[in-house]
Amino acid sequence: MNLKLKIWRQAKAESKGRMVTYSITDVSPDMSFLEMMDMHNEQLIQKGEDPVAFDHDCREGICGMCSMFINGEAHGPDRLVTTCQLHMRKFKDGDTIIIEPFRANAFPIIKDLVVDRSAFDRIQQAGGFVSVNTSGNTQDANSIPIDKHDADKAFDAATCIGCGACVASCKNASAMLFVSAKVSQYSLLPQGKVEATDRVLNMVKQMDEEGFGNCTNTGACEVECPKGISLENVARMNREYMIASLKG
Amino acid sequence: MAKLDSKIPKGSLSEKWTNHKSDINLVSPANKRLIDIIVVGTGLAGASASATLAELGYNVKTFCFQDSPRRAHSIAAQGGINAAKNYQGDGDSTYRLFYDTIKGGDYRSRESNVYRLAEVSTNIIDQCVAQGVPFARDYGGLLDNRSFGGVLVSRTFYAKGQTGQQLLLGAYSAMNRQIGRGKIKMYNRHEMMDLVLVDGKARGIITRNLVNGKIERHGAHAVVIASGGYGNVFFLSTNAMGSNVSASWKIHKRGAYFANPCFTQIHPTCIPVSGEHQSKLTLMSESLRNDGRIWVPKKLEDVEAIRSGKLKATDIEEQDRDYYLERRYPAFGNLVPRDVASRAAKERCDAGYGVNKTGEAVYLDFAAAINRYGKEQAHIKGLDENDAALVKKLGQKVVRAKYGNLFQMYEKIVDQDPYETPMMIYPAVHYTMGGVWVDYNLMTSIPGCYAIGEANFSDHGANRLGASALMQGLADGYFVLPYTIGDYLSDDIRTGPISTDSQEFESAEKEVKDQLKAFIENNGKHSVDYYHKKLGKIMWDKCGMSRNKNGLNEAISEIKALREDFYKNLNVTGGADEFNEQLAKAGRVADFLELGELFAKDALERTESCGGHFREESQTSEGEAMRDDKNFTFVSAWEYRGEPSSAKLHKEILKYEEIEVKTRSYK
Repeated sequence: MNLKLKIWRQAKAESKGRMVTYSITDVSPDMSFLEMMDMHNEQLIQKGEDPVAFDHDCREGICGMCSMFINGEAHGPDRLVTTCQLHMRKFKDGDTIIIEPFRANAFPIIKDLVVDRSAFDRIQQAGGFVSVNTSGNTQDANSIPIDKHDADKAFDAATCIGCGACVASCKNASAMLFVSAKVSQYSLLPQGKVEATDRVLNMVKQMDEEGFGNCTNTGACEVECPKGISLENVARMNREYMIASLKG
Repeated sequence: MAKLDSKIPKGSLSEKWTNHKSDINLVSPANKRLIDIIVVGTGLAGASASATLAELGYNVKTFCFQDSPRRAHSIAAQGGINAAKNYQGDGDSTYRLFYDTIKGGDYRSRESNVYRLAEVSTNIIDQCVAQGVPFARDYGGLLDNRSFGGVLVSRTFYAKGQTGQQLLLGAYSAMNRQIGRGKIKMYNRHEMMDLVLVDGKARGIITRNLVNGKIERHGAHAVVIASGGYGNVFFLSTNAMGSNVSASWKIHKRGAYFANPCFTQIHPTCIPVSGEHQSKLTLMSESLRNDGRIWVPKKLEDVEAIRSGKLKATDIEEQDRDYYLERRYPAFGNLVPRDVASRAAKERCDAGYGVNKTGEAVYLDFAAAINRYGKEQAHIKGLDENDAALVKKLGQKVVRAKYGNLFQMYEKIVDQDPYETPMMIYPAVHYTMGGVWVDYNLMTSIPGCYAIGEANFSDHGANRLGASALMQGLADGYFVLPYTIGDYLSDDIRTGPISTDSQEFESAEKEVKDQLKAFIENNGKHSVDYYHKKLGKIMWDKCGMSRNKNGLNEAISEIKALREDFYKNLNVTGGADEFNEQLAKAGRVADFLELGELFAKDALERTESCGGHFREESQTSEGEAMRDDKNFTFVSAWEYRGEPSSAKLHKEILKYEEIEVKTRSYK
């Protein structure tokens, strides 16, 4: 396949960025999107040009590091995949592909397609945990049976990979899906219920301080989420938040 | 130079750890506040160690090269974590887990460490559940288990095919709690560039900030390396793109012995290579072998027809299929250990029975499991068990619930539906049992420098059993290192903060800067990946699933020549004071180019076959690995002496007091 790539280039956080057009030839449909980017970078290096910076690590859809906005969609046109799992067979010969970083005020650009998502870490640090020491002196793992349905729902929420596609897809750059996934995971489990009140209040407070927008229930986040995290989690967090606010 | 003393406590095997914990020196809570510890890496071992050390009261500084500690490659572990809970009542015990691990490792691991691992395994599950890790449960609300290769019990706890993710996020949450409290200072996008020794003790590291290129000095009373394994020396592996050996290699160059570098795990069930462009390989969890049956056609004409597209896998009649693992190993069948399953796949493919265009793939087939589960469900629901379409639908639903995410990954990469047609799989580099040599306390041969998790060598011998990497990472980080490190640090309570203004820090920083400058100014013609791919090919062809004397000698001279060419002709674009992935990769590949040679040297020296290390010269008439216990019941610990070729071998003789060393058989 021969393709035209329009890629956002920006030297560093403070500099002004712009779209740059490149051509790439002999792309195999079996390549992953990032392998196509590798090939493109190899060609830039051969020409003595600066390769395009992008985040990536596991290349199997689980670490959450890759983060491109491709043709107007986080992680590109396929569903339930990250950019690293997207394959070139989803494109056609002659296509123009527009590649941008995840854009949000709370995700400042570091270089080209690389953004700073440490705001997500800070939200987790505000309450995304169960306050139990790692001493190993806890009770036996089977001492509290957990309803399988609740355990399964907690697991589904916990599969969030923290990539930020929800924020990038939201017109308000809201992080509600991300935050609600963690709040839901714990609120569905007896171990997490103990400090549910503080957790939701603290995490939402931090989320607001980081500059993420509000949720207006458009559901774009759910559509673009590579792990299919359900909007139901946002409803659950709202409920948790209301209860906590009344208590607090 | 340090003496090779494994410091195994006295006493019977089952009492060693308990007694040792009572005997070692402790640091009082007030004094812990005066002590700084550096942890490099945030996978299961690094994250759990950071969290626990901080809870105990130490000041922890933790480093990772990714943008968040949650990205470390433990996240990608799929199948599960072992623990001797015996919840299934199928005869499991601490001793049996210990025995299976020693046998699985082909009698090349240290008895005392493995017993301790089995002992603390049960704590891990309790701990993780208390942290809110959502393990799979049955309808009674209790934890579910499944079985993994090389064992005859069900002791593996799991969270679908994302167990590593859930465990890592658990450890990450424990870390976050301490980061929030200010007890851990987290440095994301920072790479460790060197270890700094003061008076022979590890006293800090030099790092590079990957965002702006700034070189920084960090002092501490102890340094813990938790940076994972070195599978990426093969270029193509199931490791993450950034996984590297550099932290381990830097401490090796500063005096830490590197143990058993040739012990590498080639995992049998990975998605086959599709072309030259391939950047990494993807694992399909071993848990799939609980339900999947591995086969190739019996007849070469069927193989030809499949390759040319005239026949599909599903067209091959039952009697024309060779379920070669079930045929060769009736006792363990499809659940033989990884090294055995990988070699068996290679044997069939080398004989011409590979089922894809490259001839390097075998089938992993779920049709029988789908049928079995479907009938079971039909029976439970009171439906017609003879309705084939209904049975298939019900069976697929069960398989989806167990392995859904793995099937989806496969479908996205290969563009085929594994619910309808068998998966194609082939072995790929996955894990490294070798690593930094450590004593019973997990301290390397450098005082104050520790290595935990995959980065060390201690627990898996020559072959790791499935679902044991997660167990070891968390055991080291949560339950072993935080206590053993106190014994060393009890001497440091009056030392005071470690200054980074010393001559030692000064010169280490200068060396780092000089190397970066040399890479940038070297205006050669080849990219870093060019060299990495070439190295990977040498490693795979000559140090891969099967090794021989000639090949290893060739590998050694080829790697040396490649390394020389690398320093002459490497081209790194951009500068040192900016975000520059090429520069970061150049440093990592430079270290791989040294490690690769030591790897081949180690493989050459060990003329026996054991576990994942298969020397063609040492096999039985049936093609099974043949150990040489008389001459090789030891750990090879290599001391750095300049070039890899001049590395000096030290031997830690392995003594088996509890276990009778036998021929490993899964027949």
